[in-house]
Amino acid sequence: MLFLGDFSVIKPEPGLLFWTTVIFLIFWFLMSRFAFKPIAESLKKREHDIQDALDQAKKAREEMANLQAENEKLLAQAREERAHILKEAKEAKDEIIAEAKERANTEYKRKVESALQDIENQKMAALVELKNSAGRLAIEIAEKVLLKELANKPEQEAYAKTLVDQINMS
Amino acid sequence: MIALRKFWILLIFSGLNLVAFAQNGHGEHPVNPSGQPAHPAGPAEEHPEATGQESHPAGHADPCGHSVRIEPEFNAGENAVHHIADANAIHLAGDTYLHLPCILYAPGHGWTLTSTAAFHPHHHGNGTRSKDGYVLLHGNIMRLENPAFAQGAFEISDYTHEDTTLDGKSKTLYHAVIEGQCEPLQAKSTFDGGIMGGGITNFYDFSITRNVFTMLLTALLLFLVFRSAASAAVRRQGQAPKGLQNFIEPFVTFIRDEVAKPSIGPKYEKYLPYLLAVFFFILGLNLIGQIPFFPGSANVTGNISVTMVLAVITFLITNLSANKHYWSHTLWMPGVPALLKILIITPIEVLGLFLKPFTLLLRLFANITAGHIVILSFVSLIFIFGDAGRSTNGSVAGIVASIPLSLFMMTLELLVAFLQAYIFTMLSAVYFGSAVEEAHH
Repeated sequence: MLFLGDFSVIKPEPGLLFWTTVIFLIFWFLMSRFAFKPIAESLKKREHDIQDALDQAKKAREEMANLQAENEKLLAQAREERAHILKEAKEAKDEIIAEAKERANTEYKRKVESALQDIENQKMAALVELKNSAGRLAIEIAEKVLLKELANKPEQEAYAKTLVDQINMS
Repeated sequence: MIALRKFWILLIFSGLNLVAFAQNGHGEHPVNPSGQPAHPAGPAEEHPEATGQESHPAGHADPCGHSVRIEPEFNAGENAVHHIADANAIHLAGDTYLHLPCILYAPGHGWTLTSTAAFHPHHHGNGTRSKDGYVLLHGNIMRLENPAFAQGAFEISDYTHEDTTLDGKSKTLYHAVIEGQCEPLQAKSTFDGGIMGGGITNFYDFSITRNVFTMLLTALLLFLVFRSAASAAVRRQGQAPKGLQNFIEPFVTFIRDEVAKPSIGPKYEKYLPYLLAVFFFILGLNLIGQIPFFPGSANVTGNISVTMVLAVITFLITNLSANKHYWSHTLWMPGVPALLKILIITPIEVLGLFLKPFTLLLRLFANITAGHIVILSFVSLIFIFGDAGRSTNGSVAGIVASIPLSLFMMTLELLVAFLQAYIFTMLSAVYFGSAVEEAHH
């Protein structure tokens, strides 16, 4: 015996069927329109955004790597260039030094040569003068000798001797 | 962390309620002044309740059965069956009721719009006044058969119940005692065709019952929660989710990624709103039904009318969106001899069309109802051990036995609440998936 009421939950009731249908359909419509749609859309958009952000990060990383490689390349190039420039500078320096040296040498030689030339010239001039002086002296001596000879023979001879001594001294 | 804390609060509340229930039990089953236990066995031991009501003229021997005033021996089964049933008024505590609107239709009489307050319900939800031929018995509206009472209000001194055998089936007949006369009552119409003891009677009840009220409340709560999450999702576009939004979104992604996408395939988006709606509707009702006091405790998803509507909607969506491939495989399975098709395959497949939603509605209904019955039975231990309030020591022993068992069952029911909502949604998605599946060659 079921006194408080029979097992009514297993009997489909028109009222409850009606109200469940009405409430659920309204609930379905309102939730779809005002809750599920914006939530699903925002979820989709967020997933998109996250994927985009990840892709972008990956791209940025790749770009970074590219940039770094390029930098390295540039750096190597610069280094090479520097070495090259240094080498060139050294060569130029050596060249300049060599040239300078050569020029100095030439000049020196020229100077020496001209000095020698001068010396030679002076020597020749001196010789000429000497010859001239000797000639003149000889003439003077001869003159004097002649003059003496004419006066006193022994004295002449002595005098001539003195003169000769004088010549030797000079 | 927060979910855990809520869970404990729920458990503590349910524990408290059990105690409250126990005390209530003492109050509801009065001991008669002589100190002897009120016993319903013989009419000679009947004692009128000390509630100040005028004693009914029919006296100790109603010709039409036992008075509902007499407290019968406590019966756990009856108690459970009563508590899982729908009701027209919500019992809050003691003799306090939340009155609900009544929308009633009787053929030949027309519509009656009233409230359960019009029946002046007293103890146990029994109305003391009729209204346009309707009465309130145990919180449920019934209608007097006698057309003499079809208009106006009449004082009802008592109700009686009597077991009879009708066409080989045992049936309980109810009567209202008006002016000393027993007037037979009829329950509201049901669509079970008499198989479950119901059938079409002299009126239809379209009232906002306890179940309808709970459904409205749950739908409203869910809508507010989701509306807040949705507006947060729109407002905080491009920001990390926060708070309620963060709580709701994993459920939505779960249904989308674990239920809709794998079961339905690329066309899932069309069905997603329904799957989400049905999942949260069932889950919300399951959970609110687990709260053992107002506004919970209504056994909504454990009522076959509710699960039937949901299953029928799933059935309609499945068959209205089914493609050629589905129908050809259902009605005329390719690659099978014609005779075999006509004799076996097609009848089975057509039967299957209707069996699928039927299992869907039965599974949810049976699981939730069973859970409620088991918990109610464990709570009933208090009254059984306590001899329906007559033995305090017994009640204490009952409480000691009942609390851990109820606690265990409520925890299990919490799991079942999620599980059944998930299974209903999952199977709906699988049916949709089979309906829209393209032929793959």
